[in-house]
Order: sequence, then C-alpha cells, then structure tokens
Amino acid sequence: MATPKRVKPKKAAKIRTLTSGNGKARLLVTAPSASVWEYAPAPEGHDYLKLRDRYELFIGGKFVVPKERRYFPTINPANERTLAHVAHAGKADVAAAVNAARAAYDRYWRRCTPASRAKYLYRIARAITERSRELAVLESMDGGKPIRESRDVDIPLAAAHFFYYAGWADKLEWAFPNTQPQPLGVAGQIIPWNFPLLMAAWKIAPALACGNTVVLKPAETTPLTALWLAEIIQEADLPPGVVNIITGGGETGAQLVVQPGVDKIAFTGSTDVGKQIARECARLQRHLTLELGGKAANIIFDDAALDQAVEGIINGIFFNQGHVCCAGSRLLVQESVHDLVIEKLYRRMQTLRVGEPLDKNTDVGAINSKAQLQKIESLAASGEEAGCTRYETQCALPQRGFWFRPTFFTGVALSHRIAREEIFGPVLSVMTFRTPDEAVEKANNTPYGLSAGVWTDKGSKNFKIASQLRAGVVWGNTFNKFDPSSPFGGYKESGFGREGGLHGLRPYLAAH
Amino acid sequence: MAFVPVDAVGLEERAAQLGTRSIKKQAKVVGLRLAIACMDLTTLEGKDTPGRVAQLCRKAITPDTADETVPAVAAVCIYPNLVAAAKQALRNSPVKIASVATAFPAGLAPLDVKLQEAREAVAAGADEIDMVIDRGAFLSGRYAQVAQEIAAVKSTCQPALLKVILETGELVTYDNVRRASWLAMEAGADFIKTSTGKVNPAATLPVALTMLEAARDFESRTGRAVGVKVAGGVRTAKQALQFLVLVKETRGDAYLDPQYFRIGASSLLNDILMQLVKERTGAYQSEDYFTKD
Repeated sequence: MATPKRVKPKKAAKIRTLTSGNGKARLLVTAPSASVWEYAPAPEGHDYLKLRDRYELFIGGKFVVPKERRYFPTINPANERTLAHVAHAGKADVAAAVNAARAAYDRYWRRCTPASRAKYLYRIARAITERSRELAVLESMDGGKPIRESRDVDIPLAAAHFFYYAGWADKLEWAFPNTQPQPLGVAGQIIPWNFPLLMAAWKIAPALACGNTVVLKPAETTPLTALWLAEIIQEADLPPGVVNIITGGGETGAQLVVQPGVDKIAFTGSTDVGKQIARECARLQRHLTLELGGKAANIIFDDAALDQAVEGIINGIFFNQGHVCCAGSRLLVQESVHDLVIEKLYRRMQTLRVGEPLDKNTDVGAINSKAQLQKIESLAASGEEAGCTRYETQCALPQRGFWFRPTFFTGVALSHRIAREEIFGPVLSVMTFRTPDEAVEKANNTPYGLSAGVWTDKGSKNFKIASQLRAGVVWGNTFNKFDPSSPFGGYKESGFGREGGLHGLRPYLAAH
Repeated sequence: MAFVPVDAVGLEERAAQLGTRSIKKQAKVVGLRLAIACMDLTTLEGKDTPGRVAQLCRKAITPDTADETVPAVAAVCIYPNLVAAAKQALRNSPVKIASVATAFPAGLAPLDVKLQEAREAVAAGADEIDMVIDRGAFLSGRYAQVAQEIAAVKSTCQPALLKVILETGELVTYDNVRRASWLAMEAGADFIKTSTGKVNPAATLPVALTMLEAARDFESRTGRAVGVKVAGGVRTAKQALQFLVLVKETRGDAYLDPQYFRIGASSLLNDILMQLVKERTGAYQSEDYFTKD
C-alpha cells in the first residue's frame, strides 16, 4: 500500500517550508505522475478534415486570388507543421474588399428588411452548429487550444452570438426607443488570434444585425476558421460583399484602418496597436471601438470557498494557455489564507494536463506562436530576475511545437513587470492584501481595466467590492464566463465600447 | 481549521468537467480492474440469508471465473447478523468483511444499542464497521453529539476499520457535507462514506468531490490520511471510472488504492465485467454470461 509520496517541487526549499494558519500544517504534495493509472491518449479524429493547400481572399462573395499573388503559411503550433497557405491581402485587395462592402451596403444590405437580415444570421448560426465538430478541430489545429475548449466554448459561443444577434435585427427600434437607429455603413474589423472564430462572430454578428457590411481581417497566425466561416457565409447565400474576409499581417490591418470608404473600425488586440488605430481614426473621423489588453485582478478573501476559488484561479489564468485579454493574471489573496491558497494552487496546477491540443483530456495546449512564446519566456525571466519565487508544473512537454509550463510567481510587488505588463500567457503573479480597501486599491492600480474577479462567500461584500472595481466585467465567485447577452468591454487602456448584449449593438448604429 | 465554505456552482462545474475525461483502451481496462479492487460488494436487503451471502462471497473472491486475472473485490458489505456466514465463506481469502452497524440506515437508536451492535459485529468477525451518523442531531446543530457518537463507536469497534456514513442525501447542502466530513475525520473515522444506499440522491460526483477535498485538506492539516467511500447509485462502469478520475485528480495516484478509496455497490460489478470482456473480445456479451450472485 503506497503512502503518498512527498515530491519536492522545483523550488523545493521554498515551498516545503510553507506553513499555514496555526503553523501546524505541512505541505503534502502527492506525486504528480506516480502512474498507478495513466489516461491513454484520446485523440479527436481529424483525418476527415479536408484542408486546401491554398486559401484565397473572400471578396464580393467569391474567393479571389490576391493581386500580388503573395501567400503565407499558417502552421499548427503544437507540431510546427504547415496546415495551408493563405493569401496575403495587399493594398489593392483591401481597396477591393472595402469597395465590395460599400457596393453591397448600397445595393443590398441597407435595403434589405430587418427580418431578412435576421434570416441570414440564423442561417449562419445553424451552419456553424452543424459544422461545429470540424470547426472545433480546425480551431485547435490552427491555434493550439485544447479541443475541450474549442468544442465546449469557442464554437458553441460563436454560434450563440449569431443566434443572439439574429434576434435583435428586427427589434432595433425597441432596443433604442424614440430613435431611428441607422447603420453606419462599412465596418472594418480586425480580430486577434486567441479566439479566432469566436472573435469573428463577436464582430460580424452585431454589425450585420444592425445593417452594416463588413470587411474582416483575421489574425495572421489563425486565419483558417474565419476562412471556413467565409465558406459558410457563401453557402448561406448572403448577398455578395456583405461580408468580406481578407487575410494578412499587421500591414493589411493597418491599410484597412485608413482605407477610404470605411465608416467604422472595430479592433480587438494589443493596447499598443489600439493606440495607433485610435490616432488614425481620430484623424479620419471614424467610429471606433477598441477591446485591448488587460491585467485582471482576481481577489480572494479569506471567507471564500477556497477550493472553488482555486478552480477559478486556474481557469482564470490557464484557460486558453492564458491567451485571454480578460485573464485573471494578477492574484490578490488575503494574507491570512495566502499559504493555504498557494498550497492548493500548486497542487492543483500539477494536475493540469499539458500537451497535444487534439487530445480530449488536454487542459492546456500549445502557445499560439513562436513570437508569443518568446515574449512569455522573457517576461517570466524578468519575474525571476526580480527575485519572485517561481512555481511551475512538472509535466513532460512535447518535443516539437511551442510550449510553456503553467507557472505562477509569489512574492510579487505591484512594481514588478510581471504585475504590470500583460503577459498573455499561462503566468500568474500572486500578491497579498490585508483589508478590502487595500484589495480594491491594488486591483485598480493598473492602466488596464478589462475584468476582475471577487471571491467571497459573503454576498454583500461581493457586491460592494465589485462596485468599486474599475473594470468592464467583474465576475463574482466565478471567472471567464461569457454569454452573448452579456456586454463585454474595458475601462481605461483596455479600450472602449461594448460587445455582446444590447450594448453591443450601439457601436454599429447611429441612434439619435 | 476555520470552516471553509463550498460554492455549489463552482463545485458542480468542476465535478462535471472531471466527469468528461475520456478513458479509453488500456486506461479503461486498468481503471476497471482498479474499480473492482476498490469495491465493497454489497447486499443490504431485509431478505438477505446466509445462503445468499455465501454466494456473494464466492463472487467477491472470484468475480470472473473465466478470467483469473480479474482481482478480488476489497470487501463484502453486509448486515451484522450475516457476518458469521460471510466469515465462513471468506476464510483463506483476502476479501474483508464490512458490516453496517449503529441502527443502519437511520441511526436513530440509543447509543448503547448502537455500540452493542458494533461490538457484536466485530466479535462475529467484521474487519470493518460502516456506521451511520445521527442526521437529526447533525441537522439540529448538535455537532458535539455526532462527534461523540463517532468517537464512541471508534473505540468500541477497534481494531476494525471505521467507515462513517454521512448520508449526504439527507444533509442536502455541500457545506453540510464538508462540515460533516471534517467532523467525522476529527472524531476518528478511517473512511468517510457518502450514503447508505437507502436514500436518493446518494453518491453524486460533486458530493464525492467535496469529501475528497475535505479528506485531502484534513491530511494536509493533520498528516492522517482518511479514505473516502462512495456508495449508492453507482451502477455503471462509466460512473466508476468517473469516481476514480476524481480521486486521481483530487488526491493523486497514490490514493487509487482500497486503503484510501472504496466503491460500495451491488450491480456495478457485472457491468464492469461486461466492459472488461468487451475490451478483450471487442463485443458485448449477453448478460446471461455473467453470474448474478
């Protein structure tokens, strides 16, 4: 009969001296993989996916060859194999896409009855649902996220957004009473690589529901599901040019922002790029919404349901490898339960299954790109250099591909880079507080303000703290929950404008 | 330790997530054998007889007569009056005898009577006592009384192992389950057990997760490892694997062992045997091929 083995964590000396509360407790960490029982690989099949060698630009309802005939590869970050080559949209292509959107706006879409706009959106929603399995597999292959998440979160939510906004299309006057809401025209939309199809849905669904036409630019590293969405849109028989999808790098997005004929820009991505876009849009007098970075505080009080709070911390920072703008990347834990929470967190982190994204039992997949991996590595190194204590999972990582062990740092101060800069990876910075006021002050002490989490079993306290946090979304006793009916967006340098819910309609309407 | 509350939403979410682990091929075979090795094969019916118990014991020692590699179960679980019959049937086997006691299933009898029952069950040969707590006392806040009764049974039934049945279906909230688990462990329980099997709901994944977390925290607090037994409503191989996943990912691989984990069940065994044969031959066999002892 095996007794639980004490396995020393990487920073053994540090963590083994942990004591909690009355000082009697000892940290007891069981062997992470003294394999009495190992899960066999449970790969989601992908042989049936038919990927083309080349993907063209979706302009005016057709797939067209880019004018400069340039293509770039998109790879699977879990094994660095090329999945397909994707067209690079140059200046002329961007102009063509915007022209197509403009023509579609004038010829079809603004004249289309609201109910028939809804009809098209419902069609897209149903098609996403029908093809959800293959979309999930493709999303995991192109982006590195675990199939469990693409299957259970990304794709169902993407479909839900189309269903939800389909419902609003013929109720805009009800949504904004005593106004005559009008569409803005052509919306240029630039989306990130962390939730490729979901972000496309967040952008396209409300824009179309409000009567705008769209030019969407997916991220360079994850264009494939958006291109499959283009096929779905084609099959749904949308009037040509209502949705145009152009692939490319940062310069393609930059061109879209300044392209004449665009009425509105919606951007989700980094704060640096967001600031550049804001300058351009101010100059060109374009409508603009920005959903940018974050450095969310997850606040754990000593009266919280600690095991569920630890689940919330794990979900908050390791969901989608931490590639989440609203990730709970700063943990503020009340000093009286700090050691206990760290013990539980460390233990729980060891059970995360890191590896092949297509394995149904994988919890944490591959880092999206080499560049992102290097950024995460350098920020994590800065944490160590600053003297913070580093804890990470002990699991084996695959040889090829881009991988980073789920990691947290203790002994972090607000002045450390890992507490201030958005890492956008599976790295958590743990800080302590003593009183509720201090928690609020520290949580708000960041240029960002996208999201926050509050963990306490006391309802009144939860509401009180939530109302003091300068963040667009505050979760109470949960984290990273999304729903199409719930608005999402930031304060301060996390951007402005809301996506989701009734609020998500407003940025696509002139309602006076 | 100050009482740690349990958040029902988060708990159920986590339990459901663990319930979706995909256990296939070799992992399934190893897991199912493990489930048998951790099983308390149970009969707790008013119509139980020495003959019936003897047959159950045969099955407990050799679950699959066609496959010698299938392990014996951990124990049989029976009423006190049948312990002697089981003792006879299980001689020279590694299978333990667990006897319910303390006015099972309600526990609403005078303490003397409960102690007497436990004492006689041990005297007749029980290796383990599955006692029930007085839920009425617990729910009316008389925690000290519940703890004292557990401690009294513990000292009476030694050296037998003490499993304390919380009857979580009657405690209803997860906070209560956590509190009762902690109380039982502090009072000396060697195992905490979900249910009698006479009340619905019985062993659910969130309840088991609550108890596993409590046992893990208790061990990290005191250094004493207490086992967890799920019982009641565990009928399928798939459910059994889900509970093993919970143990593995909450306490660790070292606790996938009858010393720390048990599944109390009756019809579960045949479902597991059926799955094992399916893994071996690739086809499901008729239930007529599995003995119904």
